[in-house]
Amino acid sequence: MPFYARRIVFYAITLWATISLNFLLPRLLPGDPAAIMIGKLRRANGGRPLSEETIKSIHAILGTGTGSIWDQYVAYWGRILHGDLGVSSTRYPETVSSLIGAALPWTLALVGTATIISFVLGVGIGAWVGWKRGTWLDHLIPATTLVQSIPYFWLALVLVAVFAVHLGWFPIVGGYDVFAFPDGPELSWPFFVSAVQHAILPIITIVLSSIGGWLLGMRNMMVSTLSEDYVTTAEAKGLRPKHIRGRYAARNAAIPSLAGFGIALGFVVAGSIVMEQVFSYPGLGKLMIQAVQGLDYALMQGVFLVITLAVLAANFSMDLIYGFIDPRVRHSG
Amino acid sequence: MVDDRVPEDSRYTPNASPAALEAERITRRDEAERERVAETVSFAAQRRLKFDAVRHLMPRWSAKLGWGVVIVGLITLFGLIGPYLVQDPHDSDNPALLPPGPGHPLGTTKLGYDVLAQLAWGTRGSLFIGLVAGVVTLVLAILFGILAGYFGGVLDEFLTLGTNIMLVIPGLPLVMVIAAYFQNTPGLGPLARSSLLIALILGVTSWAGSAVVLRAQAKSLRTREYVAAAKVAGERPMRVIFVEILPNLVPLIAAQFIFGIIFAVLGEAGLSYLGLGPTGSITLGTMLNDAQTGQAVGTGAWWWFVPPGAIIALLGAGLSLINFAIDEVIDPKLRLAPKAARSQRQAERRAAKRASQNKAAKDGVPA
Repeated sequence: MPFYARRIVFYAITLWATISLNFLLPRLLPGDPAAIMIGKLRRANGGRPLSEETIKSIHAILGTGTGSIWDQYVAYWGRILHGDLGVSSTRYPETVSSLIGAALPWTLALVGTATIISFVLGVGIGAWVGWKRGTWLDHLIPATTLVQSIPYFWLALVLVAVFAVHLGWFPIVGGYDVFAFPDGPELSWPFFVSAVQHAILPIITIVLSSIGGWLLGMRNMMVSTLSEDYVTTAEAKGLRPKHIRGRYAARNAAIPSLAGFGIALGFVVAGSIVMEQVFSYPGLGKLMIQAVQGLDYALMQGVFLVITLAVLAANFSMDLIYGFIDPRVRHSG
Repeated sequence: MVDDRVPEDSRYTPNASPAALEAERITRRDEAERERVAETVSFAAQRRLKFDAVRHLMPRWSAKLGWGVVIVGLITLFGLIGPYLVQDPHDSDNPALLPPGPGHPLGTTKLGYDVLAQLAWGTRGSLFIGLVAGVVTLVLAILFGILAGYFGGVLDEFLTLGTNIMLVIPGLPLVMVIAAYFQNTPGLGPLARSSLLIALILGVTSWAGSAVVLRAQAKSLRTREYVAAAKVAGERPMRVIFVEILPNLVPLIAAQFIFGIIFAVLGEAGLSYLGLGPTGSITLGTMLNDAQTGQAVGTGAWWWFVPPGAIIALLGAGLSLINFAIDEVIDPKLRLAPKAARSQRQAERRAAKRASQNKAAKDGVPA
């Protein structure tokens, strides 16, 4: 099978597995999440009975609906394909899809920007440190492990304590200034400035915590690549060092970093979810935490599904780029 | 040339991610090189190599390894012995929010708990979760990785598909969902929110990365002559795996185990910080959760939230340093290449110095 077809089939299977897992989890355990959820919704609705449609939707998503498990599975897929992820009990009467729709852009922008900055910086510095192998720079490598082992949210706590609470350089919480914009997000320059100000500390947190991995991986690949025969040949030919570093070594050494991008992204997303709690950032992470703490099962499952979809999409686009850059993976089926 | 040595069936990689392909390519390249070296080694040297086999698998003593062992050793000791030397971590008779000082070296929390006592118990709790989750991760990674790599074929297809699916599903959100369901399941009793359950959930969701690495290596090992010899001699597959293949994977397995511990300790911290951690036992994560709900950051009580995070970071760094030393066993280039570059640079410097000395000597001669 050609490379691209194989990857598409793989992602299709993964997608199916994720959605099926989402379907099975509430049904595998002895409890009755749907009953808990409907009870919560009724309380949120002020004790009045819920509409027939809402109850049906919750049953379809969380189980204990009518019919065999197969009928439930089909009904579940029907709901998902129509974008119906149920109603939130913590933010009643908002639907799960609308809540996710409002939170998604914040997380995408934050995690996306931070990941790109971290990747470019990490690979760039890693290539340079690898080139300078055998010098004092080698002693900096162990330091990256310390940075890498710091929990994202703890680094965020320390940064907030120092730069926001103590020095007052940055705002402490939120994604924008809620007092200046009481009506919520709007399309204007002052709002953009406010959002950027609120994003600086979270972005610094993600970059600092994730850069070590890129740096170390790239450095080690660079050291390995520089001992290849073709690099020695290039040196013997008398090519300029800059040329060897950029065109011969760094390009080839960067390939595994690109290949590992998807896996690393999972870590970044995980770290960001917890970090959003520190900053009360209005993204998917905060929504997920709210859902888990309030036992809002429908919201929890919806957010999990969307996060997984986003990570799968990022992985898939990275695979496409990878296949384009490195023809070997296209042919070594 | 490298590919010629690999039989057709093992070159076929079902649904492998690019990362797995890359790992395999590196393995294959190294293997070719090792064989090239082995061909030139004399018979006597080969016998000596055999006796050195065990030492060959041990990491070389270096500053990195030394620091790693010292850091991890001290933290482990603190977690093992510390709890017996401190006061009751739930003694609320102390004054609240006391900064570090005599009597309370790390101050007290909002409820008057001694931070040092909490830290000792928390370190013990986090280490327990890390170890249990690390073992679970390792068993699953060996099961999925080595079986897939050794047997190949349809089994490989299925196991690799499972591994790759687990690899791309983001771990922590999955852990959060599973933990939320488990902790509200009736009938589990005290187990529902125990450290043990948290450790199991963390272990069950984080083995995929290690499995990919082990699979690539097992796949390359099974084409070696000694494995073929064992098969021809009629050894059963399980014996071949455990006696011929597994011992050669020891450094790699150790590295994956250490990685599993780091991942679990960090995962537990995140999970507990969000309020999904164990109740009834103290971990570094639950300490951070208490600090969060107690407004430690807003009130400037740094002694409450800095120590637990620092222990996590130090433990992770120490374990990573040990992993570095193991990495250099797995890939000797990482150790030899910087050394070679350094000696080359020194030689160049010496040559330049000698040249300038010669020049100076020549210039110094009066005309």
